Amino acid sequence: MAAPKKSVTKDSGQEKGDGSPPEFTKEQELKALRDMLLIRRFEEKAGQLYGMGAIGGFCHLYIGQEAVVVGMQMTLKKGDQVITGYRDHGHMLACGMDAKGVMAELTGRRGGYSKGKGGSMHMFSVAEHFYGGHGIVGAQVSLGTGLAFANRYRENDFVSLAYFGDGAANQGQVYESFNMAELWKLPVVYIIENNRYAMGTSVTRSSAQTDFSKRGISFNIPGRQVDGMDVRAVKAAGEEAVAWCRAGKGPYILEMQTYRYRGHSMSDPAKYRTREEVEKVRHDQDPIEQVRNRLLAADVSEQDLKSIDAEVRDIVNAAADFAQHDPEPDPSELYTDVYR
Amino acid sequence: MPIQVLMPALSPTMEKGNLAKWLKKEGEPIKSGDVIAEIETDKATMEVEATDEGTLGKILIPEGTADVAVNTPIATILADGESAADLAKAASPAKQEKAAESAPPAQAKAEAPAPKAEEKVPAAPKAVSEPEAEVPAGTEMITQTIREALRDAMAEEMRRDPDVFLMGEEVAEYQGAYKVSQGLLQEFGARRVIDTPITEHGFAGIGVGAAMAGLKPIVEFMTFNFAMQAMDQLINSAAKTLYMSGGQMGCSIVFRGPNGAAARVAAQHSQDYSSWYSHIPGLKVVAPFSAADYKGLLKAAIRDPNPVIFLENEVLYGHSGEVPKLDDYIVPIGKARVARKGQHVTIISWSNGMTYSLKAADELAKEGIEAEVVDLRTLRPMDTETIVASIQKTGRAVTVEEGWQQSGVGAEVAARIMEHAFDYLDAPVTRVSGKDVPMPYAANLEKMALPSVAEVVEAAKAVCYR
Repeated sequence: MAAPKKSVTKDSGQEKGDGSPPEFTKEQELKALRDMLLIRRFEEKAGQLYGMGAIGGFCHLYIGQEAVVVGMQMTLKKGDQVITGYRDHGHMLACGMDAKGVMAELTGRRGGYSKGKGGSMHMFSVAEHFYGGHGIVGAQVSLGTGLAFANRYRENDFVSLAYFGDGAANQGQVYESFNMAELWKLPVVYIIENNRYAMGTSVTRSSAQTDFSKRGISFNIPGRQVDGMDVRAVKAAGEEAVAWCRAGKGPYILEMQTYRYRGHSMSDPAKYRTREEVEKVRHDQDPIEQVRNRLLAADVSEQDLKSIDAEVRDIVNAAADFAQHDPEPDPSELYTDVYR
Repeated sequence: MPIQVLMPALSPTMEKGNLAKWLKKEGEPIKSGDVIAEIETDKATMEVEATDEGTLGKILIPEGTADVAVNTPIATILADGESAADLAKAASPAKQEKAAESAPPAQAKAEAPAPKAEEKVPAAPKAVSEPEAEVPAGTEMITQTIREALRDAMAEEMRRDPDVFLMGEEVAEYQGAYKVSQGLLQEFGARRVIDTPITEHGFAGIGVGAAMAGLKPIVEFMTFNFAMQAMDQLINSAAKTLYMSGGQMGCSIVFRGPNGAAARVAAQHSQDYSSWYSHIPGLKVVAPFSAADYKGLLKAAIRDPNPVIFLENEVLYGHSGEVPKLDDYIVPIGKARVARKGQHVTIISWSNGMTYSLKAADELAKEGIEAEVVDLRTLRPMDTETIVASIQKTGRAVTVEEGWQQSGVGAEVAARIMEHAFDYLDAPVTRVSGKDVPMPYAANLEKMALPSVAEVVEAAKAVCYR
C-alpha cells in the first residue's frame, strides 16, 4: 500500500505536512483496541454463521477496515449522526449498538434491530443516531447530506458523517450532494473508505482520479488522504474535519486508505487480486496489530490484552447464541411497519 | 386592411390574462419589434411586441382589463395609407385567423405557440363540486384557483409547524416555475423556502435524509417527468425505510409537482406517473381534481407521517373552484368522492381524467344515461369500498385515465371490481386511457393520444349496451 499523501487544503491548494499522527494515551489505545477487536471478532463470527447457513443473502464484512470507523467515532459527540452503505456492521458496533441486536438482524430474527425485516444491509438506531445501513450504492451520500441539512435547519452544532466506498464515489448523486453541501455550508464529513476495490474492480480500473481527497476540488470542498489503517491518523484527521464542520465552514472530505481482507461479499470469487497482496497488507499494516504492538511496547502485558480479547469473544458468542435461538418474526409482522 | 393584434398566450396552457398597460397611444407609429403593451397572468408578466408596422389605430381592450381571453382582439394596427375609417372593417369577426400572427411575448419565445381553442385539452367544468361531506353545512366558500389553493395549503402548514419547509427548483425567488409557491419566500424566508440546483436525484435524497432526521420537507419537482432522476431515493429510500427499520425510522415527506399531460410539450414532458407510484407499498399517492381537494389533501399530505407523492396537473393549475373557508380544512387521504350521482353506469377517474368524465356525464344525461362519477382522489391506498358501492348500484364501470393502459390504474380498478363486485357486473369493465404511444407533439396527434369526452361517452354507452 502506498504511503498516504498529505492533505489538500482549501486555502492554499497545496499539500500541508503534518508528520506522524499524535500519540494516543494508554486509555485511548485500549479503547481503540477493544472496539476494533469487537468488530473483527463479530465479523469473523458472522462469516462463520454465514457459512453455516444461519445468515442469508448478502453479507459484507468489514474486516481490515476497523480503524476507520473506530477512529472517527472517537471524534464525535452524542447527537452527531452516522450513515453508511451496506458494509455496515462495524459502523453499528462503533456507534454503540448492541451486538445481539445486530447479529439477530443478520439471522433474520425478531430481536434484530429491524425485527428481522432489514437484514445485513438495512439496520438503524434512532437512539444511537445511526441512520443506516443503505443498500443502494451512493444513496447514503445524499441522505447523509440531508441529515446535515437538518442540523443546519435546526441551527444546532451536530455533524453528520456520511461513509461511502471508492466505488460509490463515482456515483452522480455524490457530486450533486457535494455541490449543495458546500453551497449551503452543511456540516457533513464525507468519508470515502477507499479499500481499493469496488466489488472486483480496482480503483485504477474504475476511477479517472484515484486521489479521492481531490474529488471535492471543483466544489471548493477541502479534502485529505488519511492512513486508514492507523487509528491515530484517522482520529487526528477526523478531529480536524469534524471541527471544520462544527464551526459552520461546510463539508469536508476524508479519503481513508484502507483495505478489506475478505471478499466484497461472502460470495466473492477473489479472482481479481492475489493472496499475496492480501497477506502483505495483513502482515504489514493490520490496524489491530499496530495498536497491540504499541501497547506491548508500553508495558501492557500479554495477559491484559488476552483478557480484552476474552471479553470481546464473550460478547460475540452471546450475540451469536442469541441470534440463533431468538425466534423468527411473528407472521403478523409481514404487514406491519409499511405505514405509520 | 387594418391588422388586428390578438391577446397572446404566454404559455401553452394559458387561457386568459390581464391587460396591464398600454405602452403606445392611439395614433402613434409602430415599428416591428416595438413593445406595445404589457400583459400578465397569475404566473408572469410579459411584453407584447408588434410584428407589423404602421400606426396604432384603436385600442380595443383598455389597460387594467382583467381576464382577457387568449386570441381576443386587443388593438388594431393601421398600415400605411389606411385611416381610422378602415377600422370598422377590422371589427368584423372574420379576422380571427390572424391569431397566429399576434406578437408572441418577448420573454416567452422558446415556448410553443398557443394551441388553437379547439385543440386544447378540455377545460374543467365550472361547477363540479357537490358539497363536501367533510365540510359542515353552511360553510362559507371562496373561489380560488388550484394554484392558490396549493399555495395556501403550504403556507398554512408552514405557519402551523416550523419543521415544514419547501425545497425545489425555482420555488423561492422565481416564485415557483408554475407560480405555485408565490409569496412563500416573502413570508417564510430563505431558510424555509429553498431554491435548489437542477439536481433532482441529489435534492430528493437530501429531502429524505432531512425527513429521516425528523423534519417535514415538501420537495417540489418542476414536473414529475424530472422525478425520474430521483426515482431511487423516492422508492428505495423514502418508501422502504420504515419497513426495513422495523418501524424505527420513517420519513414524513411530500413530493409534489405537476404530473400528466401538459400541452404541446411532447413525450419527455408529458407523461402520467400515477400507476408508477401507486405500485409501491410504503408510498401514499394522491392525485386530486377539485380546488377544495387540492387544498385539503395537500394539508393532509404534509401532516401525514409517511412519504406522500402528490400528483398535480399543470392544465388544472389555473382552474378555479370553491374552497371551504375554514381555518383548517383537511381532506382525508384514502377517500374517494362521488362527484356526480347516477344509477346507470359508474365512471371512475382522478385528476384531469375527471374533466373528460364529468363532461361525458353531461353528454350522457342528454341521452338518458345517468352516470355516477367517482373521483378517486387518492390512488394509494385506493378506496375500493366507494368503487364497489357504486358498482353495486350501477352494475357497469368505465375507467378514465390519461396514462397508458398496460399495468395502469384503470387495470387495477378493473381487477378490484372483478374481485369484489363480480356478481354485480352487467358488462365487462371498460377502460378509456391515453393511447399506447409516447406523447406526440403535433396538435392533432396529441389530441388523439389523449382520452376524449367522445371516447368516454362511447365507452359508457357500450357498457350500457346502447
